[in-house]
Amino acid sequence: MKVFRDLLRDYRFFWGFWILVMMLVFAGLSYFSPYDPTLWGEVPRDMRPSAEHWLGTDSNGQDIFWMATFAVRNSLTIALIAGLVSRVIAVTVGMVAGYLGGKSDRVLMFVSDSLLVIPLFLMIVLLAMLIRNSMNVVSLGLLLAIFGWAWDARLIRSQILSLRERDFTKTAVLSGTGTLRLVINEYMPYSTPLIFSTLINNMAWAIGLEITLAILGLLDLSIPTLGTMLYWAINYQAVLLGRWWWVLTPITLSILLFIALYWLSVSISEYLDPRRRVQRVGAA
Amino acid sequence: MFFRRYLIPRFIQYILVIFFGITAVFIIPRLLPNDPVMRTIGELRARGATLEPGAMDKIITDLTQMYGLEGSWFDQYIAFWQRLARGDLGVSFFQFPTPVSTLILTALPWTVGLLLTTTILAWIIGNVLGAFAGYYAGSRWSQALDGVAMVIRPMPYYIFAFALLLLFAYAVRWFPVSGGAKLGMQPGWNWAFIQSVLWHSFLPALSIAILGMAVWFQTMKLVVQSVVGESYVQYARLSGVTERKIVSRYVFRNALLPQITGLALSLGLIFSGALITEIVFSYPGLGTLLYRAIINGDYNLIMGITIFSIFAITTAVLIVDLIYPLFDPRIRYS
Amino acid sequence: MDNTILRTEALHAYYVLDVYGKQKILKAVNEVDLAIQEDEIYGIAGESGCGKTTLLKALAAAVEPPLRVMSGRVTYRIAGEEVDVATLTPEEKRKLRLEYIAYVPQGSMSVFNPVARIKDTYRDFIESHISAGSKTEAFDLAREHLTELGLPIKILDAYPHQLSGGMRQRVTIALATLLKPRIIIGDEPTTALDVVVQRGVVQLLKDVQRKLQNTIVLVTHDMGVHANIADRIGIMYAGKIVEEAPTDKIFGAPAHPYTQYLINSLPKFGDKTPRESVPGSPPSLANLPSGCPFHPRCPHAKDICKQEMPGFTQVEPKHRVACWLVGEGEHGKAA
Repeated sequence: MKVFRDLLRDYRFFWGFWILVMMLVFAGLSYFSPYDPTLWGEVPRDMRPSAEHWLGTDSNGQDIFWMATFAVRNSLTIALIAGLVSRVIAVTVGMVAGYLGGKSDRVLMFVSDSLLVIPLFLMIVLLAMLIRNSMNVVSLGLLLAIFGWAWDARLIRSQILSLRERDFTKTAVLSGTGTLRLVINEYMPYSTPLIFSTLINNMAWAIGLEITLAILGLLDLSIPTLGTMLYWAINYQAVLLGRWWWVLTPITLSILLFIALYWLSVSISEYLDPRRRVQRVGAA
Repeated sequence: MFFRRYLIPRFIQYILVIFFGITAVFIIPRLLPNDPVMRTIGELRARGATLEPGAMDKIITDLTQMYGLEGSWFDQYIAFWQRLARGDLGVSFFQFPTPVSTLILTALPWTVGLLLTTTILAWIIGNVLGAFAGYYAGSRWSQALDGVAMVIRPMPYYIFAFALLLLFAYAVRWFPVSGGAKLGMQPGWNWAFIQSVLWHSFLPALSIAILGMAVWFQTMKLVVQSVVGESYVQYARLSGVTERKIVSRYVFRNALLPQITGLALSLGLIFSGALITEIVFSYPGLGTLLYRAIINGDYNLIMGITIFSIFAITTAVLIVDLIYPLFDPRIRYS
Repeated sequence: MDNTILRTEALHAYYVLDVYGKQKILKAVNEVDLAIQEDEIYGIAGESGCGKTTLLKALAAAVEPPLRVMSGRVTYRIAGEEVDVATLTPEEKRKLRLEYIAYVPQGSMSVFNPVARIKDTYRDFIESHISAGSKTEAFDLAREHLTELGLPIKILDAYPHQLSGGMRQRVTIALATLLKPRIIIGDEPTTALDVVVQRGVVQLLKDVQRKLQNTIVLVTHDMGVHANIADRIGIMYAGKIVEEAPTDKIFGAPAHPYTQYLINSLPKFGDKTPRESVPGSPPSLANLPSGCPFHPRCPHAKDICKQEMPGFTQVEPKHRVACWLVGEGEHGKAA
């Protein structure tokens, strides 16, 4: 709680946190939507924002406000699946490589280094081309998870390496603590904040990729996400036809989401580094 | 020592990454139960692509070959590499029968020219700004720049492309918003053409560079701030070394090292990093080529671009890895 | 005649930190009076976190935020004149460094610019203070200088990470003597070294001092090193000097209970009784105990110790101590 209160004093954490809370509330509204997001033509097409349709309607005959609540919910779900599953991979790889060292370290780091230089985006496109029609929220989340752990595994590994050099490791090993117990009981508490901040970064990455893939039409386009909303808007030339409300809604929402996630992660990682914390010097 | 501990592992990694990457490209279409050839053809038909019957047969044999579906898996795999070794990436089928390699080579100079210059320009400007902002971290302008970077940094790169397109297509028409050069102009080393290319690349370049500068600015600022706290800087100060020397020979020199590695990784993104920017500005580079391949279901072309990118990126990273020891004696002598 | 070259008067130097909106003050140097003489080696001893490195920064006129001098002053005697370092311009301070007062850091891995050869560091140091001369002249000077101190010349071509810890430490000492400064201050220069190397480094410092007839201020927590090298020792506790005396008095007749603990915890030949160390841990500089800061750990603490900080009592000439057990605290002058 004290940590949380300290963090809230940082304007970036403050705004990031509240924007994210608002996004979650917004996504939660989707459960009360009067319209079915899979049906077209539920409302009149191409209406400007009005009292009845707060954010207007689109050329598919859908209410943009309620579609947006589904879009935020689905995009966040994709990001969360991608983030959590890739955390499991990243933490396992990072901890095993960092703690065991030697051969297993070299092999695992080779794999993650390779993932870093291989054009991941193109690989994902290749896969997505083949399973385009089954690219739903879960499969996209899992696909992104498979590719999104390499960098974070490196970060976690280097933290474990430095923890392994600390005295308490020797004390614990000498007093007969098992490897698994040591890693879970002693290392996890230190690594949790780092894992959390990499989770946030990874979620932002996943949302960005989801949007890119959707714009290219590589998703199941009947699922409302921030990306598919943009896809339809671009597809119907909404910019040229002056239907700004249709384009602006997903863009504004995604920008807010990106800023919120980024500010949260910057603020947390700054808090983690005490050297930088103390640099915030008061002049008297 | 340097050879054994630094150079050789990097060469081995280089070879292995190419090997595994291209093997993955070989395996991916095979992961699915249904026949990828008929699937692709089906997709082509579903999109209403008009193909003459003669071309269809050629495409089927070509696809069968490219996916390597003749003989056992092992035979297929060997044949796959043999074709690659000849530089043969098969033919595109939405621009039948142009070889994929020709399409790539036509688009390549546009993308490399655009992204190489913008990446390097953004790197230089971002680092210079970041270095001074880190050194004068307490000053007002440094904090203001930091605030701007805080907002730009989280944006996806294509936001700026959309924004600039809207601004310059509708509000002020100072720069062309589409294409790589004036329509109908013959490419060549003459001033008129180069001028036209530069003129057309201005907006896409700017949209890419904005984000790049913010990224380099932020990392450089952080690195400089931490280098200033290092004991060698403190020691030099306490020994009365002039501030000019401290800044140039101690702080900036050391802060640049991680940025060089960062440049290597971002060079890797050149081949897929500005896809949507190219689409937005209809820029005739690899991104637009890839986009057309995707919307036309041209699997062969996408495979070709992927294989080419694996090759190009790993080579770019290898080159930077080989140059890096020139800057860091700790790697040269250890 | 007053031979004081480096003096502090009622010096208070605090760290003023702003930790997420809350101001935090660390009283690292709290009312310190020192009068360090020409041609002496003055040792400052104390546990880690007692403020000795901060005091050293103040002595080196290297106080930068978040550290601030709250009151009191530091003076150098330059060419017979007492100069308050607070009145010096940054450029004047820069010129005094290395020429008048040189600093010897701990020879850690990152003490030299990792991407420059030792000779480049030499050149940076020389060129910053002596205007004339080309690159080769600077290198010639460096070579000559190292030979004089008995260090191998070939280290000039080495990068810092190629040198051993002992060699790096020797190079820092060599660099400190480059311009024959009147004062050399050393911050734990022997700490990270093994005992044999440590002896060589202590010897080098002693040789340097004998040759230059100048002043060395040495901070270390290692009482053994102090016994070997210092003429006079100040014992520091929680930002204050609590006892000051010539080395033989500190070791022979320590007056402050804290000093007694420090001395008694040292191993002695032939004595196999267990060594007693100071009970408890040093107080946080952000939250000092009332009265004498040592009272929570002191076995002889009286009521007054908890309420008032004792002043100095002059036990005998050149030996002063701040403790209620020793005297009523008539203010002993720094000598």
